[in-house]
Amino acid sequence: MKAATAILTSALCLGFALPAAANRVFVSNEKGNDVTVLDSETLEVIGTYPVGARPRGITISPDGKELYVCASDDDLVRVFNPETMEEMHTLPSGPDPELFVLHPSGNPLYIANEDDNLVTVVDTQTHKVLAEIPVGVEPEGMGVSPDGKVVINTSETTNMAHFIDSESFEIFANVLVDSRPRFAQFNDAGTKLYVSSEIGGTVSVIDPATQAITRKISFQIPGVLPEAIQPVGVRVTGDGSKVFVALGPANRVAVIDGETDEVQDYLLVGQRVWQMAFTPDEKYLFTTNGNSNDVSVIDVATLKVVKSVPVGQQPWGVVVAPN
Amino acid sequence: MKGRIIILLAGLSMANPALAQDAAASQTVRAAVLRVDVPSLPPISRLDAPPEDLGFAGARLAIEDNDTTGRFMNQDFEALEIAATPESAPAEMDKLLAQGIPFIVTLADDAQTLALADQAGDRALVLNARARGDGLRGKDCRFNVIHAAPSHAMLADALAQFLMWKQWPNWFLIAGSHPEDVALADAYRRAATKFGAKIVEARTYEDTGGSRRSDSGHVQVQQQMPVFTQRAPAHDVLIAADENGVFADWLPYATWDPRPVAGSAGLVPRSWAPSLEAWGATQFQNRFEKLAGRPIREEDYQTWIALRMIGEAATRTQSTDPVALKEFMLSENFEVAGFKGQKLTLRDWDHQLRQPILLATDSVTASVSPQDQYLHQSSALDTLGFDRPETECKF
Repeated sequence: MKAATAILTSALCLGFALPAAANRVFVSNEKGNDVTVLDSETLEVIGTYPVGARPRGITISPDGKELYVCASDDDLVRVFNPETMEEMHTLPSGPDPELFVLHPSGNPLYIANEDDNLVTVVDTQTHKVLAEIPVGVEPEGMGVSPDGKVVINTSETTNMAHFIDSESFEIFANVLVDSRPRFAQFNDAGTKLYVSSEIGGTVSVIDPATQAITRKISFQIPGVLPEAIQPVGVRVTGDGSKVFVALGPANRVAVIDGETDEVQDYLLVGQRVWQMAFTPDEKYLFTTNGNSNDVSVIDVATLKVVKSVPVGQQPWGVVVAPN
Repeated sequence: MKGRIIILLAGLSMANPALAQDAAASQTVRAAVLRVDVPSLPPISRLDAPPEDLGFAGARLAIEDNDTTGRFMNQDFEALEIAATPESAPAEMDKLLAQGIPFIVTLADDAQTLALADQAGDRALVLNARARGDGLRGKDCRFNVIHAAPSHAMLADALAQFLMWKQWPNWFLIAGSHPEDVALADAYRRAATKFGAKIVEARTYEDTGGSRRSDSGHVQVQQQMPVFTQRAPAHDVLIAADENGVFADWLPYATWDPRPVAGSAGLVPRSWAPSLEAWGATQFQNRFEKLAGRPIREEDYQTWIALRMIGEAATRTQSTDPVALKEFMLSENFEVAGFKGQKLTLRDWDHQLRQPILLATDSVTASVSPQDQYLHQSSALDTLGFDRPETECKF
């Protein structure tokens, strides 16, 4: 941040338009038990910090003051100061937390407990467990609607997207999708829910109002075995026009038209691409590549992969600070 | 558990009507696991002694998994666990058929699997979770049998692909004297022809019924194995075909020529290994070990996947009708996830479950076949085992 501040100050002094601010990019390294921090402008590694055993899901509070990491083998969520990477406190998470999602307001946190068929709801202020919601086998993907009223959990062996009322904590709908649903992502308008199916090889587009599947997107890449196309992470641009899908061992990120649901392009990234995160200005999209131990940086406007940055062992999740 | 179910049913009352018609009455899918234990000497290693709950622990995990999903579908699953002897197995099968159990997972050898399948006839679908003979998938195939266990040919082809990738095409084959060993050795001969390897010599290790394991066993073995393997033509790797665990475990580090051992010891082709971590396997291993208190065996995985196939069919068809489930499992729309990185499907020509084969040492999963270099016009998995044009199966 020091460097970023310096750049900003000089820009202001010179009376230029503000350049895009540098943000910190946090990458969880599942086998390295640490988080690599990058600078979103220079794309250089700022540092690597220990964060507990088997870090996977990673997210940050809307105000940028708390970084949450699922320490899967510690059976808790560790909370760090994103500036100093010092641990502030921990949150009870239930066993084997894998992925989680924050309510848009920053509280509570909804956590998938992969080994225990539960979604645990934790208050980020009081650090208390508010509810445990029984879901299907191997809960993984967590999504939340933009209005915060609906939480989605996907269960990988049950093959469903569970619609959970965020106030009553009750499941009100179950949508059967293709095998091993990994991730659930709403568009910002709340009109589409994307659920990726790793083994099924598809992304289901679901109408959140009716819970009906309106389209199943499948992928074909010349020279890549169909079995290697395994959709995992999904991200949607703020205007909903472009959907990015990480295709795992196909080593590609698919670009989908958010209106027509048609695949537009495949971008070659590192090996076993898993999760992704935009910079706040959506200039860049970062992807974690678990088998090549690096992060690919996609220029969103030109749809070009502009850089690979080596990080730690088996990078899993990524989040970019909002400020 | 009761508490959770109540919470869920409350949820279901508001749920999508397509997935939850009547929260009050859930329907049960009944199955059984029939394990036929052949009395035998202890294995070479005490680490390989069969646990009491072999296969059954896999069944319990599958039923837990199926039931968790079933709560959202108003479906309930059960699997009886029967341990029989070769003599009592037919009577036990009769009892299951008399109860009208439509799905019977068998853990038996080739001959007994075939006999049990014929005994079941059209009254039950048999899911073979142990027998690996190619005959069962070939001339002795039966329409009422699904093979969750991989065949000898699949295992041999999986290892052959890796050895060819490694550029170790010259094999020294040592087979035991039991009929299953001979059948497995034939699978390695077939694999050598298929993938361009050469068996430079084949020897038979006679099972003379001597003690496999005793306090002084290693003293004798240390002398015997080098002598047994000496004067072989130049070879890259020694392949052991030892289905009964008579000698293979003694081969590594004891061969006359310093060559790696694969097959029944060393680098072993397997349906599953407790070391696998990829593709969500870590979670599966954790769940199994929490339930069973031990690492998983192949029989557990094969029983688990057999019962998961039934559960998956029930979820996808939204039915518990055995006829509908059988039909769906045998249809081209059927697929199931088995923590092997891709969907598993059934070959319509012999009812064999297509699956990647792990190549594992005692401590790690060293590779997984099919190897990327082996291509196929319909599924890379069909580079393992008997493909459609080769099958001798006629239903």
